[in-house]
Amino acid sequence: MVRPPIRVLIAKPGLDGHDRGAKVVARALRDAGFEVIYAGLRQTPEEIVRAALEEDVDIIGLSILSGAHMALFPKVLALLKKEKAGDIPVFAGGIIPDEDARRLKKAGIRAIFGPGTSLEEIVTTAQRLARSAA
Amino acid sequence: MTRAAPIPAAARAILDGDRRALARVISQIEDRDPTAAPITRALYPRTHAVPVVGVTGPLGVGKSSLINLLVGRLRALDRTVGIVAVDPSSPYSGGSVLGDRIRLDRPAGDGGVYFRSMASRGEAGGIAAATREVTRVLDAAGFDVVIVETVGSGQVDVAVRDVATTSVVVLVPHLGDEVQTLKAGLFEIADVFCVNKADLPGADLARRDLAELVRLGAGRAGWTPRVVSTSTTQPAGIDELWENIEAHEKFLDDSGQRPLEERRRLSSEIVELVRERVGRRLSDRLERDPSLRGLLDEVVARRIDPRTAAERLDRPGPPR
Repeated sequence: MVRPPIRVLIAKPGLDGHDRGAKVVARALRDAGFEVIYAGLRQTPEEIVRAALEEDVDIIGLSILSGAHMALFPKVLALLKKEKAGDIPVFAGGIIPDEDARRLKKAGIRAIFGPGTSLEEIVTTAQRLARSAA
Repeated sequence: MTRAAPIPAAARAILDGDRRALARVISQIEDRDPTAAPITRALYPRTHAVPVVGVTGPLGVGKSSLINLLVGRLRALDRTVGIVAVDPSSPYSGGSVLGDRIRLDRPAGDGGVYFRSMASRGEAGGIAAATREVTRVLDAAGFDVVIVETVGSGQVDVAVRDVATTSVVVLVPHLGDEVQTLKAGLFEIADVFCVNKADLPGADLARRDLAELVRLGAGRAGWTPRVVSTSTTQPAGIDELWENIEAHEKFLDDSGQRPLEERRRLSSEIVELVRERVGRRLSDRLERDPSLRGLLDEVVARRIDPRTAAERLDRPGPPR
């Protein structure tokens, strides 16, 4: 039996309106055989977690450029844990300073991709994280 | 006293309103995971044949936005709603971008709505193979209304008729002259026509053309399709859309059509399931069974034709 496609939620928390990066990543994941649930802009952590649960995703990707990552990402992680869904891996992309990235990783964000990361690296990391959690 | 078959824990959880259990079993159905079978089997007698509203129409006519407003209307009426939104899978990678959720604008805390995006996974006709079964699971889970959004449909994507109790065909102005409306396919399945983007010029003409089509047609089994105009940018016509969907649902009950329609849908589903099983078994055998490989060789060598080979394969008695 062939493996079913990996389901990934791509969401943009926060108030900035730049979702080009998220769309490029969504498309790369689609071309790699993922089923990408594209939740779009300005999602609250509550909406993101709800979408992840309803869509039964294997992995979540968050994109942010506004600088609010230190507030929003841990909130998403905490809500997932509260819903007993802390096992869903979360990765992130955007403009995130190194020091913040270190702290977010410690908090449980599994991978963080800055500008210039190749799409191939994002795809293979997402595959690895999704399959290892399954 | 006969003891009822034990209900699997996952089915129990779904009946008790556990949304994660619901989400999981939907994935299992989509993945054709055999562990879903005992769950769906246990849920089936607990379905209530709730209204299943199919929303179909070409790409970009505003199906998702319309559904968002329809959900708002239903919530205002205190009805709960389960939505399945289908988008195409790539024939190349098998991947998919499922973007219908973007239009959903509900408070994150609203437990009366469940939205699920679904990839078509190679199925033609506008819905996925799993869609039918998933609508029943949503029914069993207690939703008052189920909405199915098809992929952006072409002229012949009429599979939604096999899932929905009421089919809404969404169109926009300037899709073509009235000859288009005479063509077979999509236009034949509508119980309700919805001219969306009614704020655009040409909407009146589109509505008139459809009204004309409806007048000319005999209507199916006593129902004359309704024509509704809607706009989602300056929301209008949504209440009327729902009223007309309900009118069709009421017609199904009053006319005695509902059980007949349900029989038709279930019969086509069973045939589909058998076709799938037999097909899979035969293609396995054609490759593995040496005698059947011989038959295939004969066809390849032009000694017998495909139809004769098929007749030989389909001889009575279970192909074991």
